[in-house]
Amino acid sequence: MAHVRLERVTKTYGGVTALRDLTLDIADGEFFVLLGPTGAGKTTTLRLIAGLDKPTSGVVSIDGQDVNDWTAAQRDIALVFQYYSLYPRYTVRQNLEFPLKSKVHSYSQSEIDGRIASAAKTLRIDHLLERKTDKLSGGEMQRVAIGRAIVREPRAFLMDEPLSNLDAKLREALRSELKDLQMKLGATFLFVTHDQIEAMSMGDKVGVLNEGRIAQIGTPYEIYNSPRDVFVASFVGSPAMNLAAGELANGRVSALSGKLDATLAGEAARDTSGYSGPVKLGIRAEDVVVGPDQPVEARVHHVENHGVEQIVTLRVDDHLFKATVPATLRMGIEDSVQCGWSADKIHVFDAQTGVGFAYREAKAA
Amino acid sequence: MAEIALQNIEKYFGDNYVIRKLNLTIAHKEFVVLLGPSGCGKTTTLRAIAGLETIDTGDIRIDGKAVQDLRASDRDIAFVFQLFALYPHLTAYDNIAFPLRATRESKAEVDTKVRAVARSLRIEHLLNQRPSALSGGDMQRVAIGRALVRRPKAMLMDEPIGALDAALREEMRSELKRLHIENDSTTVYVTHDQVEAMSLADRIAIMNDGVLQQVGTPGEVYQYPTNLFVAQFIGSPVMNILPATVRAGGADGAEVVIGDGDAVFGFPADLPKRLEAKSYDSLVLGVRPEGVIISTTETAGHVPVEAHIIEPLGAYDIVDLKIGEQLLRARTHSGMVERVGETVWARLDAAQTHFFDTKSGDSLNIRLGEENGTRQA
Repeated sequence: MAHVRLERVTKTYGGVTALRDLTLDIADGEFFVLLGPTGAGKTTTLRLIAGLDKPTSGVVSIDGQDVNDWTAAQRDIALVFQYYSLYPRYTVRQNLEFPLKSKVHSYSQSEIDGRIASAAKTLRIDHLLERKTDKLSGGEMQRVAIGRAIVREPRAFLMDEPLSNLDAKLREALRSELKDLQMKLGATFLFVTHDQIEAMSMGDKVGVLNEGRIAQIGTPYEIYNSPRDVFVASFVGSPAMNLAAGELANGRVSALSGKLDATLAGEAARDTSGYSGPVKLGIRAEDVVVGPDQPVEARVHHVENHGVEQIVTLRVDDHLFKATVPATLRMGIEDSVQCGWSADKIHVFDAQTGVGFAYREAKAA
Repeated sequence: MAEIALQNIEKYFGDNYVIRKLNLTIAHKEFVVLLGPSGCGKTTTLRAIAGLETIDTGDIRIDGKAVQDLRASDRDIAFVFQLFALYPHLTAYDNIAFPLRATRESKAEVDTKVRAVARSLRIEHLLNQRPSALSGGDMQRVAIGRALVRRPKAMLMDEPIGALDAALREEMRSELKRLHIENDSTTVYVTHDQVEAMSLADRIAIMNDGVLQQVGTPGEVYQYPTNLFVAQFIGSPVMNILPATVRAGGADGAEVVIGDGDAVFGFPADLPKRLEAKSYDSLVLGVRPEGVIISTTETAGHVPVEAHIIEPLGAYDIVDLKIGEQLLRARTHSGMVERVGETVWARLDAAQTHFFDTKSGDSLNIRLGEENGTRQA
């Protein structure tokens, strides 16, 4: 078990800065997800923790010990990759035995058998132990790859997009399996992904990474409901948060060529008090209301049936934005509908920096 | 006009029976999505319509005329692939204009057509660029433009946006749908992604192992899946599937017992009677997460269960409830169940519960309380 910490870590490759002044704290037994688009520095972070790379500056520590000069083997951390990298001509059992038979360790055969039996049971692959790995499905192979990490009983698990090669149905099933596994093992997990649904559904904490910097760290609930900036707002959540340029004056916001006109309420009102000027406004699709009593006329631009609900793209003049509506509501493309917003659900961001007003003071301090 | 009718299509690859007696009629102007896992025969079907693959038996009719013996180029059908397949040395303009080269149209006519297509795809400003200078989405727009410029009778698309990233896929879905409406072209679209199918299709044709499972509107296949395969393929998170037995009794008149008595849910009294009329070996119950109704306080008619995993998805949460060794997933509003390990009270909405025969996997077509059933928001 391990508490992993990165302190002011910077990593450059040649002239390119992959990570900039990154500080990250992963508590013992936590499921931490590092989320970001391609090139954000997720995999670099993982490699620094695993010991496959050294930081240009800053400190990586495990359980309070500076491990910058430790080799990957000394750190005793298991890595699971997107590609399973199993030995194809070996059986599942041989693949699981392999990490336990290295020269570094000397485990008795009964110890090895015990660990394999327990890992196989946890992952529900006990019936596959004698099968060759090239006879397995993608999901089974990924379970074996995870099994190979589990038998080592490492101090922490690092996973680099382990689900991205699997089809949608299997990904969904493995999401809750992995979360379940982590809870059972009580182990520290660092999981890297570009898929916000994976991050939200599995993470105790999510760190959103953008261009080598941490944009926000928080629980899934925090990053969804109070995103620190427009990047987090538009990266987390599907459909993405609707964003539009607007004006704020005396607690009133206006946007969409004046069609959106609302007096801010709740947190947004408090956070912006005293400010007037250009802003960026955000509202989630589920906070856009469609119904006959709503103030703004819009055209239906596109309708997506998602079974339990529909996601409609609405058009006001040239502005497009999305609304979540019940599946039972009949909506045709180019229909005219009325829509509105609940004022206390509007997010307000700085027009220049894109930082939310709730976070502006913290930044200045 | 282009109505595409597939009649008793069969196709073998050696001993491999890949399309099995397929019957499907795609109406003029209709957008039909062929949906299924890899290897289900959907792409082979599409290629057969295009003329890129022969069939062993059956007829492919376009507007009533059998075309299975015509060459691809004589069928007046355009094809868009997942990989963009653009000519790298030609500009976007020349790529789009390419199919018109053989038509002997004047330069001015070609120019008008290319620009009209480019306008509807919003790539007018990119016409002088070569493919290497374009983003993935723009490359696929050019590929679609090239297919549209001939004004084909029908458009066939094989996972055309499968290679794009999630945000771009979302954007392209809405563009494709609008383009289809603008162009009035009959469209057959292949994908393995049920979200794409649900959001684009007028009707979805779901295939598995070369067999057509169900054809219906997105609403129909979601609400009335004909068998377990369709029930589990459509919808995310996946429908809960649990072994069940039914008996008379309890406060509501009937009870559904999950597994070996892991949980007992009350159901309307006419359930046992309606099941009697059906023939089946044993029952499997199916209910989507939104059909599992949760209360955080003890409530009459609800069963106490343990919340095992909470997946916060932003607008809502998916909570995995422990029923014996099995999990029942429920959709709740965000933050409703606060902690893992908490006890909550659950019931199943009879109007949203399906019953299937375990052996055949077929739906028994029993839906209770439908007349006054209200769907949970």
